[in-house]
Amino acid sequence: MSEMSAKKVLFEPIFTNNPIALQILGICSALAVTTSLSVTLVMCASVIAVTGFSNLAVSLIRTQIPNSIRIIVQMTIIASLVIVVDQLLKAYAYEISKQLSVFVGLIITNCIVMGRAEGFAMQNPPMLSFLDGIGNGLGYSIAILFVAVFRELFGSGELLGFTIMASVNDGGWYVPNGMMLLPPSAFFIIGLGIWALRTWKPDQVEEPDYKMSAHKTREAF
Amino acid sequence: MAIRQFLDGIEHHFEKGGKYERWYALYEAVDTIFYTPGKVASTTSHVRDGVDLKRIMITVWMCTFPAMFFGMWNIGFQANSYLAANPDAMIADGALREAFILALAITGEGAGWWDNFVYGMAYFVPIYAVTFIVGGFWEVLFATVRRHEVNEGFFVTSVLFALICPPTIPLWQVALGITFGVVIGKEVFGGTGKNFLNPALTGRAFLYFAYPAQISGDTVWTAVDGFSGATALSWAASGGMEALETQIGWMNAFVGNIQGSMGETSTIAVLIGGLILLAMKIASYRIVGGVLLGMIATSLLLNIVGSDTNPMFAIPAHWHLVMGGFAFGMMFMATDPVSAAMTNTGRWCFGILVGVMTVLIRVVNPAFPEGIMLAILFANLFAPLMDHYVVQANIKRRLARG
Repeated sequence: MSEMSAKKVLFEPIFTNNPIALQILGICSALAVTTSLSVTLVMCASVIAVTGFSNLAVSLIRTQIPNSIRIIVQMTIIASLVIVVDQLLKAYAYEISKQLSVFVGLIITNCIVMGRAEGFAMQNPPMLSFLDGIGNGLGYSIAILFVAVFRELFGSGELLGFTIMASVNDGGWYVPNGMMLLPPSAFFIIGLGIWALRTWKPDQVEEPDYKMSAHKTREAF
Repeated sequence: MAIRQFLDGIEHHFEKGGKYERWYALYEAVDTIFYTPGKVASTTSHVRDGVDLKRIMITVWMCTFPAMFFGMWNIGFQANSYLAANPDAMIADGALREAFILALAITGEGAGWWDNFVYGMAYFVPIYAVTFIVGGFWEVLFATVRRHEVNEGFFVTSVLFALICPPTIPLWQVALGITFGVVIGKEVFGGTGKNFLNPALTGRAFLYFAYPAQISGDTVWTAVDGFSGATALSWAASGGMEALETQIGWMNAFVGNIQGSMGETSTIAVLIGGLILLAMKIASYRIVGGVLLGMIATSLLLNIVGSDTNPMFAIPAHWHLVMGGFAFGMMFMATDPVSAAMTNTGRWCFGILVGVMTVLIRVVNPAFPEGIMLAILFANLFAPLMDHYVVQANIKRRLARG
């Protein structure tokens, strides 16, 4: 982390240091809000806004925050921002906010937001922190959009509510895959996505926990 | 010896540096189908035993034959009985299947066992073929890319998977299910021996949650269009003991001329194969015993507890044994040597957990009619933990002994 250009901070989290695929943070909401693409888009926008502005705010007062209560201060900032986002959604996108239900509120507990505030904004200047927040929000968005596209397309044959593959119930040919509408399918898709990403960028593969040593032939006599 | 000469003649192409080096796994698979592997133990420990992985897997495969052949007969028996009573009904999906049945059936009346068998063949063989070809494709692909051997374990996985499908399942779903089972259930964890879930059950569980309409309910078990009839489990859930005794009868369920997945209806046929496995010590009697024990204990307990609203509480143990896939799961799925517990004490615990969970899901959970599949997958997850504690306890005991 020696030299940090704005561009690097903004774009690195998208593929090379993706919060979901590499840091494995924020999985819980990736399971919950990815059944339909439109809901996911709103969720992405909310998370990007919250991570960006919470990073900015935390970074602005980072030298004033007493170390012993820094988590509480960060939580207060994040919670306030989430409440703002929640109210905005309720005012301007009521239907979608109903579908998102508690998950907007649960952005407070999204590990990415806290992680970036604590891990980045506490040590870096405001502009850079803001970009880092946006970048991580984007990384999160890319990952859950990827999941949502698969889940909505194969789960109901639609994308953003438009019919792509006509389902059997509406006289079409596509038999909707019911498992795609259940949360566990997001695990499989994230897993397969990580597999694809690590095949593309092999440096993300973790070191194995242990290695089998080579078999040695020893004669007893 | 012509095959040996031919294989030796082409072997150098597949070895390191040869022009077909990439396809070594395929060559090795063909070679070892015909001949015993040439590898010998190079260290000092030798085990003198005629059994190796290949022979174990082939034996399990052959032990499913009673259930398989009975299953094929039963598909035809169920369908023909229904067709005889309802002359307007149509043979389910496929002019090709109908042509096959009409071409091979002798009487055309649908009475003889041969006709029933042909009818069943028209359904089982395509499903098994798709399972084998699609699953085999993934197996060979992974073996080639990852440079491990194509393993006979797939013989077992494929036949078990085919036997736990209903006869009317669409073939593309079979392909999807076995793909999921082989790739996600086995190969992503490193292939045979490293999978912690039973691949065949993983594939079926995928279909069960993805396409519940084609793999559960009252219409899928008999291969006639528009057929609808309750299975033993759904009779039990709706009418309890009374309905079971009047509608089905224990002996019918035991022999297996009832509705169900292709290979699981006949408890007696499954037990014949299973007992051979037990006698050859391929299947662990501890696991089978544990499953039985857990099932009997839980059903007795639930009988005593009783319920006014749920008739399933009153179903006794000997009915649980013959309903649904219990016997098949107990003999062929729970005893999978890779995904089950490996220590002897662990095997008892594993079996008991399967038995208890099966009855609990069947009786207490109204969402799932059958429990053995989910119970075995659930217990698979706990098997490594059980082994861990058994090993730790052993270490502790030996340390205390000084």
